[in-house]
Amino acid sequence: MGLPGGTEGLSNGAGDPPIVAVRGLAKTYTMGEVTVEALRKVDLEIARGEFVAISGASGSGKSTFMNILGCLDTPSGGLYLLDGSEVEALSRDELSLVRNRKLGFVFQSFNLLSRTTALENVELPLLYRKDTRPAENREKAMAALRAVGLGERFHHHPNQLSGGQQQRVAIARSMVNDPVLILADEPTGNLDTRSSIEIMGLFQGLNAKGITVVLVTHEPDIASYAGRLIVFRDGKVIRDERNPAPLRAAEELARLRPSEKIT
Amino acid sequence: MRLSALLLIALRSLARNKLRSFLTMLGIIIGVGAVIAMLSVGQGAKSMVQTSIAGLGTNVITVFPGGGSPGSVRTEAGTSSRFTEDDVEAVRREAEGLRYITPTARVSAQVKYGGQNWRTSIFGAYPEYLQIRNWSPAEGIPYSLSDERGAAKVALLGKTVADNLFGDGANPVGQTIRIKNLPFRVIGVMEAKGQGSFGQDQDDIIIAPYSTVQKKLIGGSYAQNLTASAVSEDAIPEASAQIDDVLRRRFRLGGGDTPDYTIRTQTEIAAAAGSVSQTMTILLSSIAGISLLVGGIGIMNIMLVSVTERTREIGIRLAVGAKGRDILLQFLVEAVVISFFGGLIGVALGAGASTFLSSVQGWAVKLSLSSILVAFLFSAATGVFFGWYPARKAARLNPIDALRYE
Repeated sequence: MGLPGGTEGLSNGAGDPPIVAVRGLAKTYTMGEVTVEALRKVDLEIARGEFVAISGASGSGKSTFMNILGCLDTPSGGLYLLDGSEVEALSRDELSLVRNRKLGFVFQSFNLLSRTTALENVELPLLYRKDTRPAENREKAMAALRAVGLGERFHHHPNQLSGGQQQRVAIARSMVNDPVLILADEPTGNLDTRSSIEIMGLFQGLNAKGITVVLVTHEPDIASYAGRLIVFRDGKVIRDERNPAPLRAAEELARLRPSEKIT
Repeated sequence: MRLSALLLIALRSLARNKLRSFLTMLGIIIGVGAVIAMLSVGQGAKSMVQTSIAGLGTNVITVFPGGGSPGSVRTEAGTSSRFTEDDVEAVRREAEGLRYITPTARVSAQVKYGGQNWRTSIFGAYPEYLQIRNWSPAEGIPYSLSDERGAAKVALLGKTVADNLFGDGANPVGQTIRIKNLPFRVIGVMEAKGQGSFGQDQDDIIIAPYSTVQKKLIGGSYAQNLTASAVSEDAIPEASAQIDDVLRRRFRLGGGDTPDYTIRTQTEIAAAAGSVSQTMTILLSSIAGISLLVGGIGIMNIMLVSVTERTREIGIRLAVGAKGRDILLQFLVEAVVISFFGGLIGVALGAGASTFLSSVQGWAVKLSLSSILVAFLFSAATGVFFGWYPARKAARLNPIDALRYE
C-alpha cells in the first residue's frame, strides 16, 4: 500500500482516496408501526492508515454504523464508498466477497467456532477463497497466529484458551486475509485490564503496518489509544476530534507491571 | 469452499451429535433396507413365476371344458364339452397356426414294482406332448406313434415315481411295473422338472400313450383337455382363434353363444402372473417409498434443528466471506452424508435380510445390483431433497441477525 507507518494517518498523500467515505448515510428500522431512525444522514471520511475509535451511548447508532461499514448490513439511504468503490448496491454474494477480501472483524464475544482449533479458526476466511492452496492457507494462518503470540497454541480449542487469548485468535483471523480495514466492535468489553491493553497493543501494531482500524468502544481509556475519536448520539456524529497524544500500549503495560506485583 | 473441507465439516458436525445422527440415519437405514429386501423378494418371486411358466412348454395353448367367462355358471370339469380324437384331428387339420396338438387324459392309480407301491397320476397324451412341454427322457427313449396307435403298455416315469419305486439311482428302463394290475414296460425316465407354479411336484407322474390310458386304464373315449403348441409366439393369438373356430363349428355354436370350454394360452397365463407380480412390486415399493419419505422428514427435521443451533456459526462464516452458496452446500453435504451412510448401512441390512429370507425361510430371493443402485440413489436423492429447504434457510440468513443470534 506504500503507506507511512504513522498512527495519525490523515496526513498521507493528497491523491489517496479515503478508505471509508459515507455521504448522507441513513438507516431506518421498522418494527411494527414504529420506525426507528438509527442513522440520520451521516457524512464521514476515514483516511487510509487511521486508527479511529467510535463511541456513544447504546442506541446512538454506532453499532449500526459499524455493521454498515462492515458490509454486514445495508443502509436505507446514502452513499458508502469502501476503498474507492461503492458497496451499497452490491448483492449479498458480492458483499461476501468484499468482506472476505477487504475487511477483518473482531467482536466483543470473540465469535470463534467452538470445537475448532485456533489454527482452523484463523484459516477460515482463506477457505472461502478459491485462489489459494491448502498448504498456503495453513502457512498464512500460522504466521498470523505467531504475530499475535499464539504460535505455540495453534492446536488449542477456544475453550482451552483464556478470553484474551481467544480475542488474539480472533485478531489473527481478522488479519489473515490482508484486509485494508479492520473493524472491532467492543473488542475489550469482556476482558480484564491487562488483556485489554495487550489487545490494544495488537491493534496499534496492525495500524502501524498501514491497516486502517475502526474500533467501537464505550470505555474512554480504550478510546484514548486511537488517533481519532468520533462520538455518536441519536444517529448523528456529534463529535469528531483528533487525539494528539494517543496512549501507547507498550508503555501502559510497562506501567501496569509494578502495580501488579504489589497485589 | 472445497468439497473435502465441506465433507470434513459435515463429518465433524455429525460426530459431535453421534446419537442424534444415528437416530436420523435410522429412518433412512430402515427405508433403504426395506427397499432392498422388498425388491429382492419381489424379483425372486417374479423370476420363480417366470421359470415355472416357461416350464409349461413352448407357446402352449390349453383347451379345457367349462365356461371361462366370469359370472357364468361353471359346470364340473369333464361334464360339459367333451373332446374326442376326431375333434383333435379336425383342429389339427384346420388350425394352421398350430404345430402340435394332443388330447390329454389323467387318472390316478396305484403303481407297483416288486414290493414297492406308489400312488401317482398316469397322464395319457400323444408322443408330441413331450415336444409341446419341451420335456424329454433323461434315460431311455420316448414312446412312438406306433405305440400310440397300438395302445402299447409302455410308460415314461417321472423322477419322483422312479425314485420311489426303484430306489435312488437305479435304472428302471426295461423293467415292468404294474398299473391297476396291468403290466407296463418302463421305456424311460423323464428329466426332473421340480416344483410347478402352484408348488406341486411335476415329477410325480407317469406318462403313457393317450390310447393306452384311455382304453386300458380309464375305459372312456373323451379327452379331458387339449394341449397344443403354436408355431411361434406371435402365432399364439391366431392359433387360439383358429381352435375356437373349429370347435365352435363342431359343437354347432353360433357367434353369440358362450362356449362351454375355455382356451387358455401361455401368454395369458404369463400376463396374469405378470400383473400379479407387478401389483406386488407396486405395493412393496410404495411401502418402501413411504419409509424413505419418513426417513427424509427425519433428516429435514434434524437439519432444521442443526441450522437453528448453528445460526451463530453461520453468522461467523458469512462475516468472514462465505457466500450463500457455501452455506447452502455445507448443510446440503451434511444432509447427504447422513442419507448416504444411512443408505450404505441400509443396503447391508437389506442384503442381510434377503440372505436370511432365502436361506432360513427358503424364499426365492434375488438381490440385484440394480436394486441396490436404485435404493442408494433414492437415499442420496432423499438427502438432497429434504436437506434443501433447511440448507437454503441457512444460506438466506442475514449475517448481522445470525451473528446476534443467542
